[in-house]
Amino acid sequence: MSDAKLRMVARAAREVQPGMVVNLGIGLPTQIVGHLPQGFPVCLHSENGLAGTGPVLGYDEADRNLIDAGGAYVSTLPGAAFFDSLTSFALVRGGRLDLTVLGAFEVAENGDLANWKIPGRFSPGVGGAIELAQKAQRVVVLSTHTDRKGRPKLLDRCSLPLTAKSCVNRIITDLAVIDVTPQGYALRELAENTSLEAVQAATGAALTLPSDGDIPRF
Amino acid sequence: MSLPDKSTSLEEAIGRIPDGARILIGGFGVPGTPFALIQELLRQGQQSLTLVKNDANETGLGIDHLLASGQVERLITTHIGLNPRAIELMNAGKLQVEFCGQGILAERLHAGGAGLKAFLTDIGVGTELAVGKPHQELNGETLVLETALRADFALIHADTADRFGNLRYAATARNFNPMMAMAADCALVETERMVELGALAPDDIHTPGPFVDHLVELGPLSQEYGLVRR
Repeated sequence: MSDAKLRMVARAAREVQPGMVVNLGIGLPTQIVGHLPQGFPVCLHSENGLAGTGPVLGYDEADRNLIDAGGAYVSTLPGAAFFDSLTSFALVRGGRLDLTVLGAFEVAENGDLANWKIPGRFSPGVGGAIELAQKAQRVVVLSTHTDRKGRPKLLDRCSLPLTAKSCVNRIITDLAVIDVTPQGYALRELAENTSLEAVQAATGAALTLPSDGDIPRF
Repeated sequence: MSLPDKSTSLEEAIGRIPDGARILIGGFGVPGTPFALIQELLRQGQQSLTLVKNDANETGLGIDHLLASGQVERLITTHIGLNPRAIELMNAGKLQVEFCGQGILAERLHAGGAGLKAFLTDIGVGTELAVGKPHQELNGETLVLETALRADFALIHADTADRFGNLRYAATARNFNPMMAMAADCALVETERMVELGALAPDDIHTPGPFVDHLVELGPLSQEYGLVRR
């Protein structure tokens, strides 16, 4: 993993507070696990029917019946529980999920999220993303600031089909930490090795800056 | 009195399925997928099937065989990203695919199994997933009506069963199996272990026997049940 990606994952790990029930999306968000301190008190939910997910196992230790939602062979922590998909999403929609960290294709300044479909190019289905995005108490997007062609992912409005409306609270990228507020995007932190101008240029909507002008680095 | 014995053979269980049937299939990835029942469906060759399954498995596994053989006309699912063939068939118009949110699929099956006709939810309101579905106002909120889902058959994978069809699942192999067993007119179950009546404690049963119609005890497990090494 590049230094920039490591930095953003490490920053995202600080969003996980002690005692939370958390769902980490497939891909980069899953890497957050490696940045949590040993013995950190948190319950990781996996939507295929597991609360109390432990570290990923090698093939020699793996149980063929025990995977996370991304298909990785995982362990369980003492106190873990298995349940069916109905119970798993009752937990999500019922408001028991304190935090989810998800990837994104596009985010809008009102918090709209698009992360499941690019018409004509990518439409594998929405899986559990709508319910996670719409019902987790807090939704953090962990994503590169721009797409592979360098185009901004943070926009004034999404052009792709939405996963959920007005759901995103915070966006952590390789360049910045940005909150979604009633006034639009608010810049909270800047990555090392970047500048305010670079972040503004890579963002497809206006950014509100801290009133005292001091922007912490991560 | 004693509880009825529902055990049968693989051939006889799958032989009940006609062409054109709608079939619920358990599993999320490999865990909980009834590979032996699927293989027998492939062998018997029933056509024009509608399948309901969380995912389309991966290339060379599970329902991918049925997609490759052309037995599937329609698939109701949540995510098929790990099966390039399913995506190709969908894009070529050779497979009708209906996508459903994962928890909404679970809830639609549960409603179907519980004798309900539909339910209201705010999930998906304002997105493409709600387009074409009836909307309704309730207490000032716009909600979408999701219909219950039932099927002719369910193919279920259990870890342990007794001869009456009381079932236990292993770890994350439970997933959609309990709701699917409830939501079919005829639930066909394969089990890794068959135990005598009374061997499962009544408190420890995941799916109660009355939801199960026919039971097949598996022999040695095929490679499909094993670890997927990526």
